[in-house]
Amino acid sequence: MKNRVAIVGAGMTLFRRRMLESPKELSFEATRMALDSAGLELKDIQSVVSGSAPDAFDGVHMKGEYLLDGMGGIGKPNQRVYVGGGTGVFTPIGGWWNVASGMYDTCLCVAEEKMSPLHPHPQYAFWSIFDQILERPLGTTLLWIFSLEMRRYMHKYGIKEEEIASVAVKNKGNAVDHPCAQLGAKITVEDVMNSEPICWPVKRLDVSPPSDGAAAVVLASEKVAKKLTDQPVWLDGVGWTLDSTHWTNRDLAYPEYVEKAAWMAYKMAGIKKPRKEIDIAEVYDPFDYKELHHMEGLQLAGKGEAPQMAVDGVTQRDGDLPVCPSGGLLGVGNPIAAAGMMKICEVFWQLRGEAGKRQVKKDARTGLAQAWGDLMQVGTVAVMRS
Amino acid sequence: MTPGLSTRELMFEAGSRAYEDAGIDPRKDVQSFICCTEDFWEGISITDEYMPDQLGAVLKPLCTISSDGIVGLATAYMHIMSGIADVAVVESHSKISDVLNPDEISSFALDPIYNHHVNADPRFVAGLEMTRYLKDTGTKRDHCAQVAVKNKKNALLNPRGVHGANLDKRAVLSSKVAASPLTELESSKTIDGSIVFVFASAQKAKKLSNHTVWINGIGWSSDTPWIEDRDMSKAAYAEQSAARAYKMAGVRNPATFFDLAEVDDTYSYKELQSLEALKLAAKGKAGKMVESGAFNRDGRLPVNASGGSLGVGHLLEATGLHRVLEAVLQLRGQAGRLQIPKAKKALVQSWRGIPTATGAVAVLGN
Amino acid sequence: MKVSQKITSYPGHEITPEDIKEGKYLDAVYKFEPKYSWAAGVAISRFLAELKEGKIIARKCMNCKRILVPPRMYCEQCFRPTDEWIQIKDTGTVNTYSISHVGTDARRLKTPILVAVVDLDGATPGMGILHNLGEVEPSKIKVGMKVRAVWKSSSERQGAITDIRYFKPIGDE
Repeated sequence: MKNRVAIVGAGMTLFRRRMLESPKELSFEATRMALDSAGLELKDIQSVVSGSAPDAFDGVHMKGEYLLDGMGGIGKPNQRVYVGGGTGVFTPIGGWWNVASGMYDTCLCVAEEKMSPLHPHPQYAFWSIFDQILERPLGTTLLWIFSLEMRRYMHKYGIKEEEIASVAVKNKGNAVDHPCAQLGAKITVEDVMNSEPICWPVKRLDVSPPSDGAAAVVLASEKVAKKLTDQPVWLDGVGWTLDSTHWTNRDLAYPEYVEKAAWMAYKMAGIKKPRKEIDIAEVYDPFDYKELHHMEGLQLAGKGEAPQMAVDGVTQRDGDLPVCPSGGLLGVGNPIAAAGMMKICEVFWQLRGEAGKRQVKKDARTGLAQAWGDLMQVGTVAVMRS
Repeated sequence: MTPGLSTRELMFEAGSRAYEDAGIDPRKDVQSFICCTEDFWEGISITDEYMPDQLGAVLKPLCTISSDGIVGLATAYMHIMSGIADVAVVESHSKISDVLNPDEISSFALDPIYNHHVNADPRFVAGLEMTRYLKDTGTKRDHCAQVAVKNKKNALLNPRGVHGANLDKRAVLSSKVAASPLTELESSKTIDGSIVFVFASAQKAKKLSNHTVWINGIGWSSDTPWIEDRDMSKAAYAEQSAARAYKMAGVRNPATFFDLAEVDDTYSYKELQSLEALKLAAKGKAGKMVESGAFNRDGRLPVNASGGSLGVGHLLEATGLHRVLEAVLQLRGQAGRLQIPKAKKALVQSWRGIPTATGAVAVLGN
Repeated sequence: MKVSQKITSYPGHEITPEDIKEGKYLDAVYKFEPKYSWAAGVAISRFLAELKEGKIIARKCMNCKRILVPPRMYCEQCFRPTDEWIQIKDTGTVNTYSISHVGTDARRLKTPILVAVVDLDGATPGMGILHNLGEVEPSKIKVGMKVRAVWKSSSERQGAITDIRYFKPIGDE
């Protein structure tokens, strides 16, 4: 690789169902915190990459333009990257190419989402992600595509709902220790099984909530990073892949797009045996079964084997491969783009030993953050090392 | 307008032609695909869902950059320079014929709390800027009209010149008022189209092609999103972008460096304002230079010899790529009747349109 | 030199719907209605025209030999134009299904919607389309179940995906 890139600062706001702050203000808060934690001022930033998912949520066309002052972008080169839900992990990847290409030495990456403005319910925006002619007339909602996938995954590998529910229990429990978490709580598998069915087999406690929030990181080239801190976290591998639009033509039981994105990142980072070499993984979990599904795509578990790892406690914070020690989307919240960035921040804090009560037991040196998006299409993966 | 084809079919056509021209197979040879789109122009949330298949990008790295086409070009540049791709593809398009109320969508980009309540044609933002620009720089109304005359006339020789016309200043100035002082003939009209570019690293380019055009400098920038805060006498985003691109390309005297320029002319006055920001004319002087014919196709520095957006049509986010396309054809010697003899160095510049203050600049050479 | 800080507070103020109802915060709603008339394009236009006739049409790529539905004019795997129209059956197999208790705007539905991906017979295995299921007890739906399309009457059909009302199970369960 040409130039090594490091994350030198991170910040995030609370994630809540409805925040008073405007989208610009949320961006500002996260940005300010990230700059402070890196010991930098806005003038030290040479370029800005922003990430925010559908414009329909905040209610502004060309949202990237609207947000850029809150993100410190006035007078700077700005790029807004957008790959649906994968945006949160893709935003620092955008920052990566700004620095690795040699164009800039410092880059601010900010992800923001304010879902609450959409009436009557943020869910409504997801209707417009489906094919206008062949799918929307059927009254689609995003929940359909997840529940269809969950059903297929369970069917193919004979997975029980209780095994999947254990992920929700783990993540919401983990989130109790996250200061920004929206839904941290100690629940049981029985609670999940008894929660009302929304789109069977998906039940209320299997799903992450819509949220408002923002998170940001500061990236720097090797020479700048070394001057700023003696604990840079290196963004050693990045990967992303987009699968075909025709999601009904694919077998949903296995996320091939996550596998391809993962290998792209692993190859760059020089990782050959992911299960052994990755110490901690923040895997995208908008639904509990998704964490398992993605773990398999990431090669952290064999096909159909992730549920057993969850049940065995391997993915707990004191386990051999902690997954979502932050509490994930299920526990902390799901402001679409900011959620992925939250995972990047978590790995950053974990690899520096700053995660407080959430700190995993093992000595974590190599971490991974992954996000998913679109119609079961996008995998974005980032491999980080301390 | 292309009602017979869906957006995806349009893109497939553009992609096929580009790949044929470059001699590559997207399924094997491309490592990164970049699309420049905005959801509300498509009527789809998360537009990149509908992009991969028709570009040959299934199960490959594809991303959307929600910005102008030239920023997409910059992204391809960074992908190649960072080593993550040897060959990158950039696509952008406009399918305005699918959109029934484009003015309402443009208005939706205004600040929801402070500006959106203005219940008028969103071009009022351009009207405001034009009024201020004319006053601060002393540019005359006539000069702006001359831009429309020049570009529409140029477009008559362009096979893509949908809005080419032979007009005089009087016709332009007396056309219907869009948002005073801007008139309809000074406001470009949006058309359909899809443009695909293939980029490669230096090593790869040498193997692939013998009519390569090089990106020698690139810059992109944004001024404040607050309309009220802007200094409307200048296009700050263009100044900032140009400064970066010129530095990269080692351009010291822009006014004499280039053989041609394709700059933003979404509205007539924008061409003048951009030329000044790009330092191709001194502040307040672009108007007089247009009047004197300095920027005609046979002038000292042909500006928008293609006809620009006023002559060809506006392509939403693909407008920047349109500028690049016209410049690339010139540098390859493939511009037909539009050809500027011995074209070696071109400047392209774009603006994202109202109400933004974002744009990009690229310096190209052969 | 260490610059990391132990962050102790996180910004943000939460507000609740009750707060808004009580008038603690100003609440303004405005409606935005973008209107589109999407060009279906060559492939889907034909697909819809065939639906009006009570038929399902697919496209074949001679290179990879796949029969594609929904039909498309380009094969995304081979990256070449597809070659011919092929009529396929209106029967298929349930690839996966779900029972939805919420509508598009997250409001609870009185009657749940049954939704499935149906792999159509005659197309390459695994080529499915999204549609509804009907005339079946939710608890009896199984992955792998054979189904057949129930069409609207020919005077009701408009050339839309809804010309098929739903898919129902074939024969005995």
